[in-house]
Amino acid sequence: MKTVQYREALREAMSEEMRTDSSVFLLGEEVAEYNGAYKVSQGMLDEFGAKRVIDTPIAELGFTGIAVGAAMNGLRPIVEFMTWNFAILAADQIINSAAKMLQMSGGQIGCPIVFRGGNGTAGQLGATHSQSFEAFYAHVPGLKVVTPSTPYDAKGLLKAAIRDNDPVLVLESEKMYGDKGEIPEGEYIIPIGVADIKRKGTDVTVVSFGKIIKEAHKAAEALEKEGISVEIIDLRSVRPIDYGTVVNSVKKTNRCVVVEESWPIASIASEIAYHVQNYAFDYLDAPVKRVMQSDTPFPFSPPLMAEALPNVARIIAAIKATMYK
Amino acid sequence: MAVKKAAPAKTTRKTQASKFSKETYIKWYKDMLMIRRFEEKISQLYIQQKFGGFLHVYIGQEAIAAGTVSACKKGDKHITAYRDHGHPIALGTDPKNLMAELYGKATGCSKGKGGSMHFFDKERGFYGGHGIVGAQIPMGAGIAFAEQYNETGNVCFCSFGDGAARQGALHETFNMAMVWKLPVIFIIENNNYAMGTSVERTTNVTDMSKMGDSYEMPSFVVDGMKPEAVHEAIEEAAERARKGNGPTLLDIRTYRYKGHSMSDPQKYRSKDEVSEWQDKDPIDHVLSVIKEKKYMTQKQIDTVEAETKQTVLDAVKFAEDSPFPDKEELYNDVYQQKDYPYIKEYLA
Repeated sequence: MKTVQYREALREAMSEEMRTDSSVFLLGEEVAEYNGAYKVSQGMLDEFGAKRVIDTPIAELGFTGIAVGAAMNGLRPIVEFMTWNFAILAADQIINSAAKMLQMSGGQIGCPIVFRGGNGTAGQLGATHSQSFEAFYAHVPGLKVVTPSTPYDAKGLLKAAIRDNDPVLVLESEKMYGDKGEIPEGEYIIPIGVADIKRKGTDVTVVSFGKIIKEAHKAAEALEKEGISVEIIDLRSVRPIDYGTVVNSVKKTNRCVVVEESWPIASIASEIAYHVQNYAFDYLDAPVKRVMQSDTPFPFSPPLMAEALPNVARIIAAIKATMYK
Repeated sequence: MAVKKAAPAKTTRKTQASKFSKETYIKWYKDMLMIRRFEEKISQLYIQQKFGGFLHVYIGQEAIAAGTVSACKKGDKHITAYRDHGHPIALGTDPKNLMAELYGKATGCSKGKGGSMHFFDKERGFYGGHGIVGAQIPMGAGIAFAEQYNETGNVCFCSFGDGAARQGALHETFNMAMVWKLPVIFIIENNNYAMGTSVERTTNVTDMSKMGDSYEMPSFVVDGMKPEAVHEAIEEAAERARKGNGPTLLDIRTYRYKGHSMSDPQKYRSKDEVSEWQDKDPIDHVLSVIKEKKYMTQKQIDTVEAETKQTVLDAVKFAEDSPFPDKEELYNDVYQQKDYPYIKEYLA
C-alpha cells in the first residue's frame, strides 16, 4: 500500500487508463498547461501531449457537446468541469444527448464518456458555487453517478468509469483533493453500483456518500464512547444505488439515518427512506431520519454556513432520536 | 461554385452544369423524388393519424441532402436536426425502415425508439436526427474531432436551420472548431423561418454567412435550390477540411414549402412567397436538365416516378405489417451494461 492524495488517486486512474487505451483523452478548462485548476491533472500534458490533454475555452456547453460527439464516434473522453456548478451550462448535452443517445438510436450509437469535477460546498464560495448534484443526475436514466469519499474509492471508481461503456459522472470535492489515504501499489477497480460498509456497527445504520460522510464518521466515533454502535454505509454510487446493502443493514440494526450534503426535496435521502420503509418496514424500530443541508441557497457568511450544513451534533441527535434517547 | 457573401441566393453565380455526369443528375433526380414522394405520403398518413409524434417535412429543401450526399465520401459522417428524413434517404437507408420508425415499429431505423425526429443509420454515417434545436452543432464538431483524432481524413457534415443558428452553442462550437481546425462543415439550411419567426425578426445581421466572420471561418452563400451549387460548395469545403484547414460555414438558401410541422397554419408568410420559391423547385430544375440533355427518355422518367411511388407504398405496407417492439425493449438500449439494476418494484 502507499499513501496518496485524493487528487493523485484520480490522476493515477486517468493516466493508467490513458497508457493502455489510446482512445481515452482529457479535456476541460485549465487541464493542460495550467496543470489543472485543482492540480488533478498535474504532469499529464507532459506525459500525453497536447493531443490528449486539451485546454478548452470557457464554454461548458460547447466543449461538452464536442466531447459527446467524439464519444458517439468511438472515442472515450474524460471531461473535467472545474466544478459541477459550471456544468449546469452543459446540462443539455449531459441529459438530452449523452444520457439518451443509445436509446434514441435504437442501440446503434453509445456514449462512453466520463464527466468529472468538484461537487458540493467548498468554503466561502457563495450560493452558485456550493451546490451538490447527486440527486439531480441520479434522477436521469441513461447516466451513472459515483461519489467517491476516499482516495482509494476515487481511483477505483474513476478507473471503472473510464472503462464503462455508458456515460458516468464522477462527483468529487474541492475540499477532498488534498485528503490522504492508502491505495494499493498495483491496479484495482471498484465496480460501479456497489456500496461499501465503511464502519461495522449494530445499533443504527447511517447511509451517506461523498465528502459529508466524514461528519458521520466523527459522530460514530463520539457515540462509540457512549456505547452506541453505528454502522456507516458509503453508497459510493447514487445511480445505480446498492439498495440491498442498505436494507440488509437496517434489518440488522432496525434504525436508519441518512446524511446528505444537499437539499431535502427529492434527495437521495428521500429515495433511501422510501426503499427502507418498503423493504424493511417490519424491521424498523423508529422512523427513518435524515440530516440535510438547509432548504435554502447556500449562504456566504461563516455562521450562516455553519447553520446550513449537516454537522456532527445534528447527526448525533438524529441517531439518538432513532433510539428514543 | 460558392461565392463569398453574395447577398441573395438568386444572384449566386451559376454553376457549370456540364461538370456533372448523367449518372449524377439521375441520382439527384431519384433521391430528391424519393424524399418528396415519401414525405407527401407521410403527410397524408399523419393527417389520417396512422402515427403520432411531431412531423417536420423537408419538401423544398431536397437539393441540400442530394448535393451533400453526392459530394461526400464513404466514411464521412452526417448529423442534422429533427427535419431529418431527407439525409438518410439520400444516403441509401431503406425507406421501409424509415417508414417503420415513424410508426414506432421494431423494424424502424432506430427500433421504434426515436420516431420522426430521431432517425439514425450509423452504418451509412448518419448520426441522427436530433430534437433539441442546435444540440447537433457541438456534437457534429465532436464527431469531426474523433475523425481528426484518428487521422481518418473523413469529415462531418453538420446541418442545422437558421433558427438553431441563434443558439449560443453555435458560437462556442465555431470558436473551438476554428482553434482546433476540426474537419467539420457547418451547413445552415436557411429556409428563412425558425418555426414562424423570420430571419429578419431574430437578428440584426440578416446575411447569415457573416456569422463565421467573428471566427475567421471561411463562409459562403450557396443556392440551395440547385444540387449542383450545393455539391460544389460541399466538395470544396470538404476538401479544405480533409487537408487539415478546418471548418467552413455554408449559408445554403432554401425554402420549405410546407409548414414548420404539420400543425403550422403558416400565417407568417404569403402564398405568393411560397409560390415564388416553388418556381425554383430543385426537382423541376434537375428534370429539365435531364430532358434537355436527353439523359433519360420520357418512358424512363415515367418509370422512375412509378417505381418511386411503389417503393413508398411498399414501405407503408412494411411498416403497417411490422410488429411493435416487445415490452422488454423498454429496458434495452438504455445502458450498454446488460445487467443494469433498474428499479422495477413499482411494476409488480
